[in-house]
Amino acid sequence: MYSSPSSTELLQAVKTFIDGVSKDQLTGHAKFHARVAMNVLDTVIREIEQRPEAEASEHKRLLELLNTTPDADTDALNHALGEAIRTGVIGLDDVKLRDHLKRTTIAQLLIDQPRYSGLDPA
Amino acid sequence: MNFGQNAKLINLVRLSGGASQETWSFDVAMDDDAIHELILRRVPGGSIEGRNSSALPLSVEASLLKLAAKESVPAPKVVSVFEPNSDIGESFVMERVAGETIARKILRDEVYDTARNKLTQDCAIALAKTHATPLSELPNLNVSNGIQQLEHYEGVFRGFEIDRPVFEFAIKWLKENAPPPRSDVLVHGDFRLGNLIVDSNGLAAVLDWELAHIGDPREDIAWMCVNSWRFGQSENRVGGFGQLTEFLDIYAEQSGLRFEEAEIDWWEALGSLKWGIMCMIMYESYRTKASPTVERAAIGRRVSETEIDLLNIISRS
Repeated sequence: MYSSPSSTELLQAVKTFIDGVSKDQLTGHAKFHARVAMNVLDTVIREIEQRPEAEASEHKRLLELLNTTPDADTDALNHALGEAIRTGVIGLDDVKLRDHLKRTTIAQLLIDQPRYSGLDPA
Repeated sequence: MNFGQNAKLINLVRLSGGASQETWSFDVAMDDDAIHELILRRVPGGSIEGRNSSALPLSVEASLLKLAAKESVPAPKVVSVFEPNSDIGESFVMERVAGETIARKILRDEVYDTARNKLTQDCAIALAKTHATPLSELPNLNVSNGIQQLEHYEGVFRGFEIDRPVFEFAIKWLKENAPPPRSDVLVHGDFRLGNLIVDSNGLAAVLDWELAHIGDPREDIAWMCVNSWRFGQSENRVGGFGQLTEFLDIYAEQSGLRFEEAEIDWWEALGSLKWGIMCMIMYESYRTKASPTVERAAIGRRVSETEIDLLNIISRS
């Protein structure tokens, strides 16, 4: 497999292209949607860079919280965590639970919306 | 509504194409050069099939605008209401109120400096008066309290079969910490920047009554405090422009109802959860290919904003 250009470079190239077209040629709704499209590409670029490490630490925390075997994937573990919260198996005041939810949400936001104001008090 | 045979309809512009109504701006030029500046709100295509089922019929929205004006809530004057079987379809015409609705301009532009200083007071008084509307004068509206809304949105969330442990955490917390209900009042249902017209002197009109219902007055106050509706100005809990203590003092003076900041927390958390699930609903329209636009896809990555807001509220409560 080759990686020159890398997927990030390809996405950057598309972003630069949309940016040029939207500045020079677009107005109104089309311009708005072009801005949204560029933001989406930024999200994908951040996800490529950050997700592997963020998801690995999320997975590790989930295994500890749920006290389960390492072969379960993150989706299955998140489903199990939801059930544990809903049924009260893990209480709302559990410090490790709160810590995990906060870390996971911050990691998600650093990909989704890194400038969101809600990150400041967190 | 009859402006006479020589009146001319000019400057017709479509302002927005919401899922539940069309909004058009237009002027009527009279023989004597007088100009009437007006807004038409109309069911998409003039037919009921085009309408979002959760929104109120436009005739009910028009009657709420009239009631609001009667209670001295700033609201555009309704000029005429058209029935579903009329030529134009279900719609109403109201006077066009001058001013700004875009939140970021209201919160940042110098021209609104004076308005921003008055907005906390103006909004507190407007909500107090809305909530004081006699229930006996209201059209037929749904009754919906906090627990009912929580159950409704929980049901929508579960229907998506998407795991979000933060939402499970928030739903459980909301169920365990619900404050005792307050007396039923008329709730606007979407009172926030974006749905308010602000001019250089402050609040000029309260719009978008289509989510009005009978419920708990704290819902409206807390909805304005939801971090998403502070538009980046998080330090100002009320709408990005005001402080909650000041708001609650003015509201209490006007209404006789005294609320504490702590009870607003629960309602603010419910508001964040509702907005998060509304974002999921909008993403769902992408996922099901009902509305396959980049904007609908992108909004699915805004749900995490409401998750951090929920965690912030719950951790300080």
